[in-house]
Parts: sequence; C-alpha cells; structure tokens
Amino acid sequence: MKLLLRFDPKITNEPIIASTVKKTGVLINILRASVEQKGGEMLVEVPEESVELVVKTFKDFGVEVSKLEKPIIRDEELCIHCGACISLCPTNVFRFNESQEVIIEERLCLHCGICVKACPVKALRLL
Amino acid sequence: MKTLSEINEKIKEGNVYVVTAEEMTSLVKELGVKEASKQVDVVTTGTFGTMCSSGVFLNFGHSDPPIKMEKVWLNDVEAYTGIAAVDAYLGATQLSTKSSEYGGAHVIEDLVSGKTVSLRAISQGTDCYPRKEIETELSLEDINQAILLNPRNAYQKYNAATNSSDEVLYTYMGMLLPNFGNVTFSGVGCLSPLSNDPEYRTIGLGTRIFLGGATGYVIGEGTQHSPENGYATLMVKGNLKEMSPKYLKAACIQGYGVSLYVGIGIPIPILDENLAKATSISDEDIVTKIIDFGVPRRDKPVIKEVSYAELKSGAVEINGREVKVSSLSSLLKAREIAEKLKELIKKGEFLLSLPIESLPRKGKLKPMKQTNGITLVRYVMSKAEIISKETSIEDAAKMILEKRVNHLPVVSEEGKLIGIVTSWDISKAVALGKFEKVEDIMTKRVITASPNDPIDIAARKLEQHEISALPVVNERKEVIGMVTSEHLSKLLVRR
Repeated sequence: MKLLLRFDPKITNEPIIASTVKKTGVLINILRASVEQKGGEMLVEVPEESVELVVKTFKDFGVEVSKLEKPIIRDEELCIHCGACISLCPTNVFRFNESQEVIIEERLCLHCGICVKACPVKALRLL
Repeated sequence: MKTLSEINEKIKEGNVYVVTAEEMTSLVKELGVKEASKQVDVVTTGTFGTMCSSGVFLNFGHSDPPIKMEKVWLNDVEAYTGIAAVDAYLGATQLSTKSSEYGGAHVIEDLVSGKTVSLRAISQGTDCYPRKEIETELSLEDINQAILLNPRNAYQKYNAATNSSDEVLYTYMGMLLPNFGNVTFSGVGCLSPLSNDPEYRTIGLGTRIFLGGATGYVIGEGTQHSPENGYATLMVKGNLKEMSPKYLKAACIQGYGVSLYVGIGIPIPILDENLAKATSISDEDIVTKIIDFGVPRRDKPVIKEVSYAELKSGAVEINGREVKVSSLSSLLKAREIAEKLKELIKKGEFLLSLPIESLPRKGKLKPMKQTNGITLVRYVMSKAEIISKETSIEDAAKMILEKRVNHLPVVSEEGKLIGIVTSWDISKAVALGKFEKVEDIMTKRVITASPNDPIDIAARKLEQHEISALPVVNERKEVIGMVTSEHLSKLLVRR
C-alpha cells in the first residue's frame, strides 16, 4: 500500500525513514520525496501485511500518515474524457479504453498532481 | 443522384438511412462508393473541443429608471457593451476580475445550467437613460435574447503542438513538457464536420446544424478561414436558451486562461457519389503538422507532418523517440453528438438545409501588418564585459565598478558562455569571505537571449526567471552582448 507522509519542519532533519526501517525490519520503498519550508512530503510503498506496524511507528516519530487507497479522485460528472491527462502523467495512470473513455489505473499513481493542473474541466483532485 | 427535398421527404416519412462519419468510412470500404451513395442519405459528423472564439449576445431588458450600460459585468466577467443600451456580447475567454479560473465560458455554462448570475452595470447617465448604475440577479429565462454567436468554430483540422525548449510551457494547447516531452492535438479527425465536405458543397450560410444541444445554423465562414491550405472555419449561431450544459462546457487551461468546449454536429446529405466519397475520409487521410511551441514566434517550426490516425494512436515518433500524445478534444463526446444527430434525423426531428451561399474556397490567413517593425535584441543590446572562470572575486568586483555593470558573463578558453556572476553574487562572496575565484560563485545555468529575438521575448524571460539581464549569445554560444531590464524599460518609456 502507498502511504503519504507529511513531516513537520521541526523533524525534517531526523533520519526517520532509516529509523523506521531499522525498528520494524520492513523494507520501505520511497517513491517520491520533497522538502520545502513548510515541511517535507514523501510517498512510500509498504507491503500490505506490514502497513499497520509501519503506520504506527511513523506516527510515534511524529509523522502525519495518510493511506492512499484512492490516490486520485475523478468527478465523473465533470470528466469529458478528452484525455489531456494521458500524455502528461509520468507513470501512465490514464489510458483510453475501447469506447474512448479515460480509465484510471490508480495503483500506478505517484501523487505528483500534474494531471490535476492539466485537467481542463477540473475533474481531478488528489486525496 | 438525390435531391435535398427527396432526403427531407424520407426523413419525414421515417425511412431515411443515416450513418455517422465513422460508420460511413467502413461502409464505403465494404460496399464501394457507388453502392454506399445509393443507400446512404445522410452522414452525421460531430466535434467537441475548446473553441475560444465563442460568445453570446445578450439583451437584458430595460430597468426602471433605464440605463445605457457603458460597462457591464456578469459574475465579475466583463461583457462588451459598445452596442445598444442593454445589449452586450459576452466572450468565452474574458476573465473574471476576481479569479483567473473563472471567465465568460463559466458564465455561459452557469446560465445554460439554469443558475442565477449577478449583473452589475455602470453608466454616465443621459436624459433618456438617467440611471448611473445597477446591480441585479438574472437567470437565462429573465433575459430577452441569449444568442450564442461564435465567430470561429469547428476548424477543419488543427496543428498539433510540442515543445523543444527545456522548460514546461503552458499554452492554449495545454501543458507542453520540455524536450519534446509530449504532443497535444485538437480536433477529432474523420468525425470533424468540415473534413467530410472539404469542397463546402453542403456547409455554408444557412446550413442547419446541431449546436450545443440545440438547433443552430452556420452563418458563414469563420474568422481566420483559410481554405486554401485546408484550415477552414465556421461562424455559427443558435439559441442559448435551448442549449444544454452537456454540450457547452467551460474549460480552464492552466497558465493560459479560460475557453469553452462547444459541441457541434453537422449532417451531410449524400446527394451524389462525390459526397459519398468525401464522407468516407479516414483518420489516415487527414494530415496535420506538429509545430514547436518552444519557439515563441508567430511562425513556429514544423517538427513533422502526421495523420490523425497517428495522433489518435497515443504516440508519435520525434527524433527517433516515442512521444506520448494527448487530445484536448473529446472523441467520446464527438461520437455522442454524431449519434445524437443521427437519432434526431431518424426520428424526423431534424430536417436538412442546403446553404444559400457557400463558404469561400479561396483565401489564406494573412499575418498582421506591423507598421512599427519589430525591435530585435541586437538593436538594443550593449557590450558585454566578459571574464574567465579563473578571475578573482576582487578583480571581478573592480570590473563591475569600472565598467558600471551589474552582470559579468563568464566564458571558457574557447570563448563560450559557461556562467554568469552578478554584483549581488560578489557582495555575498565578500560578506561570507570564503571564495577565491568567480568559478566558485557563478551561476552555471544561464538564461540567454538570441540576437534575433524580439525584445518582447527577452522581456518575458527576464520576468519569468526574475532576473535583470540576459547575455546575448550566437549559435556558437559566444557572448556578443547583454540585454538588461534597464534597456527594456528605457525603450518602453520611448514608446
């Protein structure tokens, strides 16, 4: 499962990922990470069976954790299936099916948000 | 050979044979042109894309006391009122004074959706129209006329877009990723109305069409109609009060502005074999160009020619690499429109009309005549004071003082640009006191201008990167001058 981690500016200098891996023994895959003035954000992938343990450990370190069960949300009323999102997505989340509807393969989403900006009818949002 | 009245009789009798343009393509392949032209009476086309040149004429009725509106806003979006007292034209791309993500297209969509909009108008006041301002709330049913009148819609085909530069570009063709990162296109290929009648035999002034969910009309050639190279356009009108938000949708194009998705369907009567052949056109037959938006000029380089079949396949090849392609038009909605029009005709609810005047088949788009010429960077640039990377911070500081400049381009032994140092960089180095050579403090990724860039392009680079000077470099990356924000502001004063 993918977890979105938010780090308060106070803890961005601490080796929290390494500590969590060491403490839990779970192999955490870092998909995307950024640090800005307002804090840090990281997208990680964790094996399903260890999700609860890892989430608890992160929380103990003061990290804000959200489970990305549905990383990207589409307003079906608004979507016109133009496909503007298709060529922009770095991980090929979007594609046309046979009847020319845009379908979303959520498990590929890295939560970068480029599709949200590009959607001409504002049908997409990140969790 | 059939006449239009024979086809309309069949529609009224309920035994007309209608197919969509996509179905016609396969039908002609199967039966041949001759047999298909005998069997098929009407081919329906459809398109659903962002059409910026769209808008609505409105008449609000008179207030008491009456006002001659000199300026009017609907939900803070200004409409043009340089016509009679309470007439206005609201353009789709006009932005709200309060938000860059709301504009004329949104007001049109709100009205069509039955929502109430706020009107505010101001005036100087006259004897016959004494009122100086008014604020009220209106919905579509309170307005006398709301006539969608779009000066340029339904391009026969459209250039696709890509980006050779090393920055993301936000264009009316959507977001274009750097280094040919993607391609975007508009139009729906073989379903496009004008591509199915490229000689404009059945499309012209008076052709009855499906527009935004209602009946509309072609009222002539669109603006920028350019038939000689296959880029014809249409001017269309229809009654907004009868339209549906399913076929008129506001669009917000990141970093560019607002536009309106317009749904248009045009029926083509199959009067003879020539029209049967024309409507059998396939995506492979419709060829357009991919142009490079990395060049911010009117005449953009053509990267390559492609067919709509290649564009719709989702990827094209550029410089030996596969590049992903996205559409801005909705093929799904275009199909829905062609199907809907087909059903309306089959049910006898939509009769066809022939134009009383054809679209011009001659003519090409002209560029703007510019009487003041274009000011190029090489006319305004000054001498660049260049230094080598070995220069000491102290010598660089002296040079800045002596030559009265703020920027020193750093060049390699071969004279090629490798960095830039500003007076601010020098001050910072001195304050921290820990650097020796300019190499340690220079900015390596230098934003440059080319001598033949118009100054407007140089000004935009300065603004976007929040910098105050650009080294001017030739094709060999040798520094041949500097253009600074001071140069440009002096020019503005002279203008």
